[in-house]
Amino acid sequence: MTLAPITLNHVLLLSGILFTIGLIGVMTRRNLLLILLSLELLLSAANLAFVAFSRALGNLDGQIMVFFVMIVAAAEVTVGLAIALLLVRHSGKINADEFREMKW
Amino acid sequence: MVGGWIAWFAPIVACAGIVLFGRRSKAISAALALGGMAVAFFCSCQALLQSLSPHAQAIHSTVSWVQLPGLLLELGLYWDRPAILMSLVVTGVGLMIFIYSVGYMAQERGFPRYFAFLSLFAFSMMGIVLADNFVTLFMFWELVGASSYLLIGYWYERPAAAEAGKKAFLVNRIADFGFLAGILMVWNLSGLGGMEKTLSFPALAERIPLLIHSGVLDPQTLAIAVALIFCGVLGKSAQFPLHVWLPDAMEGPTPVSAMLHAATMVAAGVYLIGRTFFLFWESPAALQLVAGIGGITALFAASLALVENDIKRVLAFSTLSQLGYMVMALGLGGYLPGAYHLTTHAFFKALLFLGAGCAIHAVHTNDIWHMGGLLKKMPVTGWTFIVGSLALCGIFPLSGFWSKDEILALAFERNLLLAWTATLTAGMTAFYMGRVVSVAFLGKPRSSHAEHAHEMPLIMTGPMLVLAVFSVIGGFIGIPAYLSAGHAHLGIHPEFNMKVALLSSAVALFGLGLAFAVYVRGARPLQGVQNSLAGVRHLLVSKFYFDEIYGWINRNIQQRFAILTDLFERYIIIGLFVNGTAKITGWTGSLVRLLQTGRVQGYALLIVLGFNLLFYWVKQWAP
Repeated sequence: MTLAPITLNHVLLLSGILFTIGLIGVMTRRNLLLILLSLELLLSAANLAFVAFSRALGNLDGQIMVFFVMIVAAAEVTVGLAIALLLVRHSGKINADEFREMKW
Repeated sequence: MVGGWIAWFAPIVACAGIVLFGRRSKAISAALALGGMAVAFFCSCQALLQSLSPHAQAIHSTVSWVQLPGLLLELGLYWDRPAILMSLVVTGVGLMIFIYSVGYMAQERGFPRYFAFLSLFAFSMMGIVLADNFVTLFMFWELVGASSYLLIGYWYERPAAAEAGKKAFLVNRIADFGFLAGILMVWNLSGLGGMEKTLSFPALAERIPLLIHSGVLDPQTLAIAVALIFCGVLGKSAQFPLHVWLPDAMEGPTPVSAMLHAATMVAAGVYLIGRTFFLFWESPAALQLVAGIGGITALFAASLALVENDIKRVLAFSTLSQLGYMVMALGLGGYLPGAYHLTTHAFFKALLFLGAGCAIHAVHTNDIWHMGGLLKKMPVTGWTFIVGSLALCGIFPLSGFWSKDEILALAFERNLLLAWTATLTAGMTAFYMGRVVSVAFLGKPRSSHAEHAHEMPLIMTGPMLVLAVFSVIGGFIGIPAYLSAGHAHLGIHPEFNMKVALLSSAVALFGLGLAFAVYVRGARPLQGVQNSLAGVRHLLVSKFYFDEIYGWINRNIQQRFAILTDLFERYIIIGLFVNGTAKITGWTGSLVRLLQTGRVQGYALLIVLGFNLLFYWVKQWAP
């Protein structure tokens, strides 16, 4: 039995599934670390879509964009993890819904 | 040209200098004030010399101030012959009064403040004299009002002085409202016939007669504008019915009364009529109004002076009366007699006030019935006061005789009713001045203070001697000739009339003689006459109830209207508009802030929902 070739649509579908999982994770998870992980998943989904388009269209623009996203993501994780760490140290809590200070 | 600006701004530089450096030192503040005034006087003298050459033109210089499409406001000076004469009076008489003040105010704690205010006044007054357009003039007009307020209320810890300052300011505000409306109206009228609107005096002086003669501008319309401008004169020159502030203004220091409320400031109204005489000249109806008001004020104020016991108030009423004379002269079309009398009056009335100041300083009261016999104790003060009185009464050959005679001659040519009014006023003037001299300076001392009165130091008597000299020779130094060469085309020049001169001299001598007989010789009229005079006297002492009438209007009409507007202010403006806006914002805020839960994931959810909504919207409306 021969498998059908993997087309752009398949990859985009995978990217969409990953994005949805990440989104659901961001919104439903309570643990700060898991929210950050889910955020990474969102970025990866976007990266996947970029790469897929880059291959389908035959130019490198998408891949260049992916590099930028990765760099920004690395920076963002650094800052994000640092904030999460300090929050936990400061309050001893890790659940996002226990932090209510973000109003006025 | 530069001289004009220096003469204008030297006093304000002095004022600033006193405020910055002289507040602790009497010597520095006096030196600065005198210096500023002397510089201004010197520049005025220079301008006088220049203007005497046969080809001299009026000095005209402007700086543009506000430039908008269709509106050009300029700060400008226009130094023609009448302005030069007036600035000589302001700076010259002013300088004498400044010198006198150094002696008079020597014991005062607020000495630097006094000289700062006086310099501010000199600056403002020079502004009125020199201004070449209505806007500049109005600015300085108001500044004069403000400095008058400051100086009347100089002894602000005395309630009467503070009240008097307030009264002067408020009465002038009423008048200036009309003046401002008049200025705006003239501005609009000047644009008739498609020309660019202007407020400059030289431009208006050419344009208004042109507009009238070509029929574009109706004399009746112009008369309304002129009457509104005349409102300003009513206030500043204290003409009937806005005269009520001037007697109260005597609460200020006596040199202030001499400078502001006799020689210069109150003359600003008369000067304004002179400056804008081209407007008045073109509207006969307005001229009649001016003449009538002047005649009424002259007679009315003179009658009040007959019974007044406060020496300064007698002089204040006399000032009112003489200003009425000048206004009447201008109203009868006599530019020259009005300006002439303005000048001579500045000399002898300032002199009289300074003399009164010396008497008050010596006797410590304003009441003439506590003076008496001062001529022997204070010969210089006494004799200069008598010279000033005789000049005021119009006794030949003192300056007052010549200028008053021109006015009377003019009146007999133009309007017999006003002429006899003026003659009667002249008689009254002689009587009340005779009364003051007889009671305060002749006879025996009437109080212990008067017995121990001393002559004042030279710094006070010196300026009085100078002013006395000018009061004597004022009729011979060629003032009318100087003026008429500049403004030959304006107004009516009366001829010297021997009959009028004899009549006025006779009336003045009669008044003086009567006063002398009653107050020195102790002559008393018959009992019947005395009884009938008592009622008149009562009416005069109460000043025809003007203050009471104004008080009633104030309480019952103005106060009630003020309560209404106060309610409107409190509930509509503040309650509805100002606080209402704030309340609506507040309510909206407290509603919207419910959205801010502080939960990060709630925000994330909203972001996602919002993005989806946006996405859907874009798909829907912008395919």
